[in-house]
Amino acid sequence: MTPIKRIFIANRGEIAVRIIRTCRALGIETVLGVSQADRDSLGAQLADRAVVLGPAPSTQSYLKVGTVVQAALGTGCDAIHPGYGFLSENKALAEACANEGLIFIGPSPDNLDAVGDKLTARTHAENAKVPLVPGGSVDTVEEAQALATAVGFPMLIKAVAGGGGRGMKRVDRAEDLPAQLDLAISEAAAAFGDGRVYLERYVTVGRHVEVQILSDGEAILHAGERDCSVQRRYQKVVEEAPAPHLPEAMRKGLHDAAIAYARHINYRSLGTVEFLVDVERGEFYFLEMNARVQVEHPVTEAITGLDLIALQIAIAEGRPLGMTQDDIVLTGHAIECRLNAEDPDNGFMPSPGRVSQAWFPSMPGLRVDTHMTPGAMIPPYYDSMVAKLITHGTTRDEAIATMQTALKVCALTGVKTNAGLHAAIMGDETFQQGGVDTAYLPGLLARIQQGGKA
Amino acid sequence: MTGLTRDDIDHILKLIDGSDFDSLKLETGDLKLELRRKGAGPATAAPAPSAPAAPAAPAATVPAPVVASGGGSEVPAPLLGTFYHAPKPGAAPFIKVGDTVTEDSVIGIIEVMKLMNQVTAGVAGTVTEILAPNGELVEHGQALIKVQPV
Repeated sequence: MTPIKRIFIANRGEIAVRIIRTCRALGIETVLGVSQADRDSLGAQLADRAVVLGPAPSTQSYLKVGTVVQAALGTGCDAIHPGYGFLSENKALAEACANEGLIFIGPSPDNLDAVGDKLTARTHAENAKVPLVPGGSVDTVEEAQALATAVGFPMLIKAVAGGGGRGMKRVDRAEDLPAQLDLAISEAAAAFGDGRVYLERYVTVGRHVEVQILSDGEAILHAGERDCSVQRRYQKVVEEAPAPHLPEAMRKGLHDAAIAYARHINYRSLGTVEFLVDVERGEFYFLEMNARVQVEHPVTEAITGLDLIALQIAIAEGRPLGMTQDDIVLTGHAIECRLNAEDPDNGFMPSPGRVSQAWFPSMPGLRVDTHMTPGAMIPPYYDSMVAKLITHGTTRDEAIATMQTALKVCALTGVKTNAGLHAAIMGDETFQQGGVDTAYLPGLLARIQQGGKA
Repeated sequence: MTGLTRDDIDHILKLIDGSDFDSLKLETGDLKLELRRKGAGPATAAPAPSAPAAPAAPAATVPAPVVASGGGSEVPAPLLGTFYHAPKPGAAPFIKVGDTVTEDSVIGIIEVMKLMNQVTAGVAGTVTEILAPNGELVEHGQALIKVQPV
């Protein structure tokens, strides 16, 4: 076991602040690597020290492996926390840490390999006997046509190197397949430098459900599941835990499959196994494993009472989890709304700029993870998510009601936000009934547009 | 109105250095003074409130952008890394106080993960101060040396 004394945080925004929170609680010092655009950010003010990695564009700052490692070494850190996005699942960073004697707060390079490439991840799922969406990799149009005949339309073409909804194409008819396949391959080659694609059944009515995994290498536990079906263009907007109206057999099936997958790849760290729940067929399929802390981790923390970042650090130090599955008790229901600086009335265009007011008063059942303060600058270079509102109640209805109140009370002004959209979702009868699928939000947006209200 | 003295201008430059602003226009009588920060200023933090969509700073590589400052020009680190005064341990430093440098003079080396990057002065003049210590981490934009331009 190697106790960590000083952590280099290779990230920004709310997750940098979230990591600092736990580090302060644990008595661990923090150094935050920032870009020039973020040197006045809340994280930079709260960290024990902040160093400028480089200019604003992330390719010249947050994404530079060598610079991050050099900065961590030069500031006397013994570990690097990569947060989510940026270098969080970057094997080169994990390897550089190992070479330089730094602890990478995440899984091993081998683990990252096992989950980083979608095709490898699929093969592991097959071997772990975890159900997969019917489909497979294709090189030629003939192969694709044969596969499509066996599986049936509609189908989805996915880039092997893609992720986060990028590099996907839906094909509804056999005659569209050759042209779409060519397009997908050239797009994948251009966007990811890797032209490999695979085809899988497009699940018409699907829910996105993911299972939180905790593994110290010996004990592999789950901390329940999260439902992230409220999405727009494959970007999660609202998440909740537990997943509403899931048959108990399926819930257990999901938990078991996630653990089986993690065990198969000898996973050790915090991680999330994502599944697609096929509502019509009553089945679920493995999508991918995320080898990092997720944006939506607070809903799991709310219903379990765990500090997932603290556990992630403890695992990285080589400490055992010190608990069993029975120790993880799920209480009540939690919902998270991602507040983005974007303009819903203008095609969800990002709305960067100077924040005039940022007020998130504490209320029973509300947690807010944010780096926003009055006068804060939202630079145009990065993700538009600026705050996460998380509510927890004994029931789902209670969590929704608290969220509705929070959305009325909290203020983030000076920039445009999607707060109005969240209020519309929380007030929507279909969402309130629970168990919506991934087509829900696009449908709601169309209804709102027709109704002519914001 | 009387004109500004060199000291006055130095004072104004210092004020801008410590401010959020990138440019200043001053008009008094016949005098018109226009000052603009070159590239992305290292000494200040956030971009100006009115310009949220400031264009991305160009890829900062050697040579360093020179920033005018009170007692001369500060040469900022073009990248984060370990700053070395000399080409190798024990060797004479590239420059010392009082030396004359040209824009292309090498003033030090910044190491990033065993990659050595030579840093040039980017300005001609006399070295008045070595600010960044040898063998220590410098941030992107941190002032390395001070040069009094000729």
